[in-house]
Parts: sequence; structure tokens; C-alpha cells
Amino acid sequence: MRIDTRLLSISAALAALILSGCERPPIEATQTGYRGTGMADVQNPRDPAETDAYPAALPAAAASGPTAGDTYQNVQVLGDLSIGEFTRVMTAMTAWVSPEQGCNYCHNPADLASDDVYTKVVSRRMIQMTQAINGDWNNHVGDNGVNCYTCHRGNNVPEYIWFDDPGVQSAMATYAGNLKGQNQPTAENGYTSLPLSTESAHLTDSSADRVRIIPASAHPTGEGGATIADTESVYGLMIHLSQSLDVNCTYCHNSASFQSWESSNPARTTAYHGIDMVRALNQDYLIPLQGEYPDNRLGESGDAPKANCMTCHQGNNKPLNGGNAVEGYPSLASN
Amino acid sequence: MAQYQNIFNRVQVEAPAHGGVPLADKTWPRTRAKMSYLLGKFGDAQVGPVYLGTTGLISLVCGFIAIEIIGLNMLASVNWDVIEFIRQLPWLSLEPPGPEYGFGLAPLNDGGWWIMAGFFLTTAILLWWVRMYRRARALGMGTHVAWAFAAAIWLYLVLGFIRPMMMGSWSEAVPFGIFSHLDWTAAFSIRYGNLFYNPFHMLSIAFLYGSALLFAMHGATVLATGRFGSHREIEQIVDRGTASERMALFWRWTMGFNATIESIHRWAWWFAVLCPLTGGIGILITGTVVDNWYAWGLDHGLVPPYPDAGGAGDPAQP
Repeated sequence: MRIDTRLLSISAALAALILSGCERPPIEATQTGYRGTGMADVQNPRDPAETDAYPAALPAAAASGPTAGDTYQNVQVLGDLSIGEFTRVMTAMTAWVSPEQGCNYCHNPADLASDDVYTKVVSRRMIQMTQAINGDWNNHVGDNGVNCYTCHRGNNVPEYIWFDDPGVQSAMATYAGNLKGQNQPTAENGYTSLPLSTESAHLTDSSADRVRIIPASAHPTGEGGATIADTESVYGLMIHLSQSLDVNCTYCHNSASFQSWESSNPARTTAYHGIDMVRALNQDYLIPLQGEYPDNRLGESGDAPKANCMTCHQGNNKPLNGGNAVEGYPSLASN
Repeated sequence: MAQYQNIFNRVQVEAPAHGGVPLADKTWPRTRAKMSYLLGKFGDAQVGPVYLGTTGLISLVCGFIAIEIIGLNMLASVNWDVIEFIRQLPWLSLEPPGPEYGFGLAPLNDGGWWIMAGFFLTTAILLWWVRMYRRARALGMGTHVAWAFAAAIWLYLVLGFIRPMMMGSWSEAVPFGIFSHLDWTAAFSIRYGNLFYNPFHMLSIAFLYGSALLFAMHGATVLATGRFGSHREIEQIVDRGTASERMALFWRWTMGFNATIESIHRWAWWFAVLCPLTGGIGILITGTVVDNWYAWGLDHGLVPPYPDAGGAGDPAQP
């Protein structure tokens, strides 16, 4: 009997250990595709509900009167706004990005027009980026759009940015131990051994169709398709999307065929444009700012901070629960 | 009073260790046989004699070299930090050369170590096969075990050598790592349009599950007739006793048909062997003959037609 008790307690401990990573049933599954295809959105109803929301828009300002561009010096963006509206947007931005430091986080208090504070130069570019997202990327952000708060959420630097991984810095590592940009457990790749999307060029390189790995035809065409290495790197990117949006594969895909657009949900098209958008933002806006930042804002390899899906989504398939970012601030809506 | 049971018996019958039959081709001396009470709990209490031989020794050395190359590479990848090595072990991996090297040699730290580890591991496995074949022959046995092992080696070679050769790239091969080889498997299925629509994959799964089913049926049948002497099943092949009569009748009663006490072992052997055999064929024709199994399934009436999911279609093809 003594052995039985011991065995029993060991088994119980093992079972507890194995199950400790699981969430208890029941789960809530919402059907998202044709019956029998396993397309479902699975959620744990005991998870706290997402409550992220945009702060209420500031009271409207007078739209008439002299414009900011005519009144102030060195106004390169938002210059056609009235002084009242211009000040209102500045005030909102302060609350979104530097609620503690206030105006002086970006401005030299002795000369508000001066560009010698680096954050002012970066902010100007970020305003242009916001306008570009809202103006050119309607196919991803829709009418909800984005504003500074979408990424910043009251932080000087958005919580979710990424840098190039300098890898293991060791002389020994030059002849052995090459991880090849994968095989590292991180939240970004969902603790898989798949390549980190930030390690591949998917989020920085706009060359077309890097993400397309599955051919549409049944037999090889002789042109040479995607390699397994390509596939793993796209797989890593997809895990990053899944993690960032807190959804599973079937939110977009029918797993019978990840390739077929006919059997995919509309969300896949939105995500497709999103990947394109992140590439364009990194390439056109974020990477070129590298020279503006002080060293403490750069990565270990001296690279500029960059964006990925998590930067805006932050675990929500619609950032800030689908709140509208631009209706209160039409000047951010387009360039 | 203690009882002798088929498994988990409390009683161990001990006799002087049996050194085995005298052999004509004995080239190496055999080790001494010992008794282990603990192992006697699970099987025969006698351990050994072990016969290593030339092929066995070289095989072990090659296997050791392969494991060393893989392990030391993993250790180097965490900067020789043993704690991190243990912590991250499931994630660590030795990756094959990238596509840029094709099926040729690669620098050591860019896949060369992988080729070397693969060479030694393959040598170890092939020599172990030779050893199994020759030991069986030395005992005057058939070579069924060696050929069953060869079926597994076939799948291993297809994955790590034959298919990469046909695709012209080492990068198609499987990495040496715990999670990385699982992620490779998932990526392989995704790249080739869902391996579940590959008929040879289907066959392989059928034989895999079939093997488990047959094993359970056979084990259960023998245990259930243990009280009638079925554990002497080999004797009952030539001299059928009441145990085999009863087990045969049981299966005729319940499913109308029974394997014989001899043929059940052929069933089991073929199911087990056909699992990697058909699986290897399925892997080999993937990428070389068929590029997208889902599309292949559509062409051949295998995939049921589902209504469109309402997406906007391929954004790159307006």
C-alpha cells in the first residue's frame, strides 16, 4: 500500500505539472467559417475583457482665424490648421505621448520653433506617418484610422517596438552555435523555435510576394518554389501576427489550404495589406530616422526602433477594441 | 500465497545466467551475464551477455560523435552557458545549410556541422543495421528485425538525404533539435499545401494507427488467455492448445474472422514496416512530383467543395 500511495502522489504531481500550462475548460468557440472546416475563434471566457479605449477627444476649438503656419515659425506639418485647432492637437499629443514631461519633452521652452530637441524632429515625422497611414492604408486601418495613442498609449516610446538582434556576441560563436535567427524562445514567436519575424526581412523589405510560399498549382512548375527556410520564416511571421492579434490561424485561414483565397476569411485580406503597411512604415519612416536618435534610443546594433503588428494591436485584433482614432482629429486623417 | 502473473509479477524466478548457444562465427568474446532484480520486474532478470563486435563499436563511436557535434553546437549557441543550455534545450537546434549552398558543402558554422553530424549519425545507424543483420544470421535466425529496422532507415534517409538530393538543397532536410524538427514538420506540410491530402501520408497514418490497434489486440488476446498457457505462444504455433483455440474463437465470435497465432505476427510486422515505407514514399514525392497536395486533391476529387468564405480574393490579382 505504501508504494501505491507514493506512486499516486508522484502521478498527481506529474499530472499537475503537465496541466499547469493549460487553461481549464469550458472555452468559448465562435464559428467563423463553413461547418466542418474547424474555423472557429476560441476564447477563454474567464479572461478579463479587453477594456482598452481611446481617451475622449478634447473639446472642439474654433476652426476659423489665422492658421498656425502663418502665425508660428517653422511649422512644417499641420500648418493649415487654425491656431485653436493646432493647439488642441498639440495638447492631445502631449497627453498621448508625454503626459508627464509635457510640452518640453519635444520643445525647447525658450524657443518653441527650434528643432534642436530630437524628439520634435521625430514627432514631426511621426505626424506625417500617421497621416500617411490614415490616408494611404485605408485597406488596413479602415475608417477607424490611427493616432499617436494607438501605439504610444501614454508612453514616450511605444511599448512594443523592435530592434535587430545582435546575436550571441562571442568569438566562440563564430565557428559553432549558429542559431540562424531562430531557435530562441520569445513571446514574439509564440515560444516556438521558428525564425523571429523581426530577424527576417518580412517587416522591412517591400520586395513583392516574399510571404507567398505555397504554390497554387498541384505540380512543380520548374521555376523553383519557396524553400523550407522561406516557409519557416513566413511561419514565424504568421505566429507573430497570431500573437499580436490574440487570434488563431483560422481567424484568417481555412487550415485545409492556407493558400486558397476563396476559402479564406475577409480578415486575411486586411492582414495582407497590414504586412505591406508595416514594411512601408519601417522603410519610409522609422528606419530613416536612425540618425536623429540619441544612442540610448537605438538598438544594440545601433539600429532605429521599428514597428511590427504588436506595436499597434497589442493583443487585440482591432487596436483599442476598434475605437475610432481620427473622428475627433480630422487633421490626422490624411496628408 | 504469491502468484505468478504475466506482468508486474511479485515473484522472480532466478536460474543460473544463460550465456547463449555456442556460435561458429564468434569473433569477439561476449560479456558476462548478470541478474537485475529491478529489470526482472519488467522483463527477464538476466542482463547480458552483450555482444558489441566491430560494427557495434564503430557505430557507437560514430553515434557519440554525432551527438557531440549537435550538443556542443547547441551549447555554443547559448555562449557555453550550461544553465541556459538546460533551460533552452527544447528550443536549441543545429540547422542544415541554407538554400544558398544547394546540395554542396557549406561553411562549418553555416550548416557544415549539420552535414558532419548527419554523416556520422547515418554511419552509426547503417552500421547498427549491419550489426543487427549479422547477429541474427549468427544465431541462425531470420533477418526480419533487420529489415523492419531498414524500413525506418528508409524514412530517415528520405528525410535527411534522398529528398534533399532530389531537391538539390540540404536546406530541405530536417534540423537536429527538439522543437525545431517539429516546426520543420508543420512548415513542410504548409509549404506543400497540406500533407493530409497526400495519399501516402494517409496510408502511413493508417499503418501507424493500425500497428497500435493490432498491438493492443494481440497483447490483450495473449494476456487474456494467459491462464490457459498462451504465453507459450510460439509453441502453440506448431502445437495448438486450448489457449489459441479460445482466442481464435473469441475473435470469430466478435468479428467473424481471426488471424492465426502465427499470422498475427506477420500482420503486425507488415503494418509496422509499411508505416515508414509508405511515409517515405509520401515525403519523397512531395516537392519533387507534387507541389501542393490540396490543389492535387482538388484535381482528383479528393477535396470536398466548400462554399467561398466571403473573402475579397487575392489582393495581388485584382
